[in-house]
Amino acid sequence: MNEISLHILDILQNSIKAGATLISVSITLEGTMLRVVITDNGCGMSSEFLQKVCDPFVTTRTTRRVGLGLPLFKAGAEGCGGSFEITSKQGEGTTVTAVFDTANIDCPPLGDINGTMVSQFICHEDVDFIYTYTADGGRMEFDTREVKAALGGIPLSSPEVVSWMRDSLRDELAGIGADSN
Amino acid sequence: MKSIKELEEIRQRTLNSINMRKDNKNTRIVVGMATCGIAAGARPVLLKFMDEISQRKLEGVTVSQTGCIGVCRLEPIVEVYAPDSEKVTYVKVNPDMVGRIITDHIVNGKVVEEYTIGYHESGENK
Repeated sequence: MNEISLHILDILQNSIKAGATLISVSITLEGTMLRVVITDNGCGMSSEFLQKVCDPFVTTRTTRRVGLGLPLFKAGAEGCGGSFEITSKQGEGTTVTAVFDTANIDCPPLGDINGTMVSQFICHEDVDFIYTYTADGGRMEFDTREVKAALGGIPLSSPEVVSWMRDSLRDELAGIGADSN
Repeated sequence: MKSIKELEEIRQRTLNSINMRKDNKNTRIVVGMATCGIAAGARPVLLKFMDEISQRKLEGVTVSQTGCIGVCRLEPIVEVYAPDSEKVTYVKVNPDMVGRIITDHIVNGKVVEEYTIGYHESGENK
């Protein structure tokens, strides 16, 4: 993966597969350290499974025997002087935390994080998302529950709503001095 | 969030047109979004489809995603389900190919043969 936001997109598929109805993605940039926290209220996993979940030869899929999402994310973070942690409780949900040192030459760029988020808002309308980004210039929060309430049944995938979300998020990130390439 | 009020205006404008479309005659564009697809570049393809549909104001066309389709080496893979016709599978799709799939296939109903899995695989076997 050549962008951190692609890892995030990948990990979000796990949350969705776990039946989550609320997923929070929080990005925090402090100095050179970029912290990504993804929390869901999905089915979670047993402590046994949690122990081995970052093994590339462990997966819940039955179609093949490899699962690379988490191991790649972990390797990406740890490979650039960051850290990685996953906690989970069966029946309650899972939290994945990855820290990247953006000053490290091996650190991939965050990339199109808004693209990652908007694509998931639209493709999974039955799931709610809270997307927060904290940078030097402040904090922004985007909660799809507020958007859905205002739209009263109009799908997020309606052309005008898609454009509104794209523009709104771009402006929000610019407002807090964050990069949204 | 910036202006929820704008959303309410969009809601008013959109409300009438939405109610008209409750039939099942939608065309579905499905993008493979597992680790393999994402690493191969599925996100820009998905976003390009969303942007094209939104810019052209195409009605009755939805974009969604699925997991691993099973042929990881041909990702990004896009499947098109149009009403009353067979599924079409496009392989190794990049954002530059999206415009043509939309114009030729989605709007005019003409499959872009050279992007399909059948064309790709027969070419490789020669």
